[in-house]
Amino acid sequence: MINWFKYSAPSTFYPLAGRMIPVFWTMAAILGAIGLYISFFVAPTDAQQGEGYRIIFIHVPASWMSMFIYCIMAFWSLLGLTFNTRLSGMMSSALAPTGALFAFLSLWTGALWGKPMWGAWWVWDARLTSELILFFLYIGFMALQAAIDDPRRADRAGALLSLVGVVNVPIIYFSVKWWNTLHQGASVSLTKSPSMASTMLWGMLIMALAFWAYTIAVALMRARTIMLEREANTEWVQHLPDVKEAA
Amino acid sequence: MQWANASEFFAMGGYALYVWGSFGVCAVAMITEPLLVRHRRKQAIKNIRNNYFS
Repeated sequence: MINWFKYSAPSTFYPLAGRMIPVFWTMAAILGAIGLYISFFVAPTDAQQGEGYRIIFIHVPASWMSMFIYCIMAFWSLLGLTFNTRLSGMMSSALAPTGALFAFLSLWTGALWGKPMWGAWWVWDARLTSELILFFLYIGFMALQAAIDDPRRADRAGALLSLVGVVNVPIIYFSVKWWNTLHQGASVSLTKSPSMASTMLWGMLIMALAFWAYTIAVALMRARTIMLEREANTEWVQHLPDVKEAA
Repeated sequence: MQWANASEFFAMGGYALYVWGSFGVCAVAMITEPLLVRHRRKQAIKNIRNNYFS
């Protein structure tokens, strides 16, 4: 059995993450190139929405990632509160800005899609409003952590906030079912066959995988930086080749 | 392939503002974020050098 606690020590996690980052950047670049190619050159013109629907290829993956990252953050928070490991708080802090970015991109691309199709940049509809709350939860998490000087206490406060806020994720997901909304239903459902052309579906899934690889790469980079900041006074950080050699 | 030429591609069937506004902002954001993290990392390394090696 793998000793997971060994990898929860920043000193063992740091070099491991360093080896993983280029792998995920490569994956993100390749998948992103394929996804963009499908988005613009393979996927056919939509019968109703013309070329305007192509926003779907970033809108849906960005929205998925904004919800998914929040769940991962809540998972690390739970681990952190349970086992009191330093790594958990670092991972939550590393994920939050990327999650906020995807929540913003989801709202931004949604507004640019809503304007030509619905005639409004924004409506106070259940799906849009709950996604906006998700964006505020990310901002709240970051602001709360920044307001507390002691990083360990900041981690605990942030962990509580992210666990309470996770209730919003199923609300976003099911909002199109629970309320009458302007927003269309789920693009991909596990229970019924997809209602769109399979090239559109593939384009969306490949873009989602590209965003996922991007998230891992950038979150690992940020986690390593947080380790350098928080553990600057330790032996292991001061003996790192990255720190010793000229940058 | 549904585009006869480049200008048709950039026009996006009249939705250019919306499609390119979405993809453009997304690209800028996803290029800027890693650059900001890289800057923060360099800053962190500089601080360690200034505070502990000298």
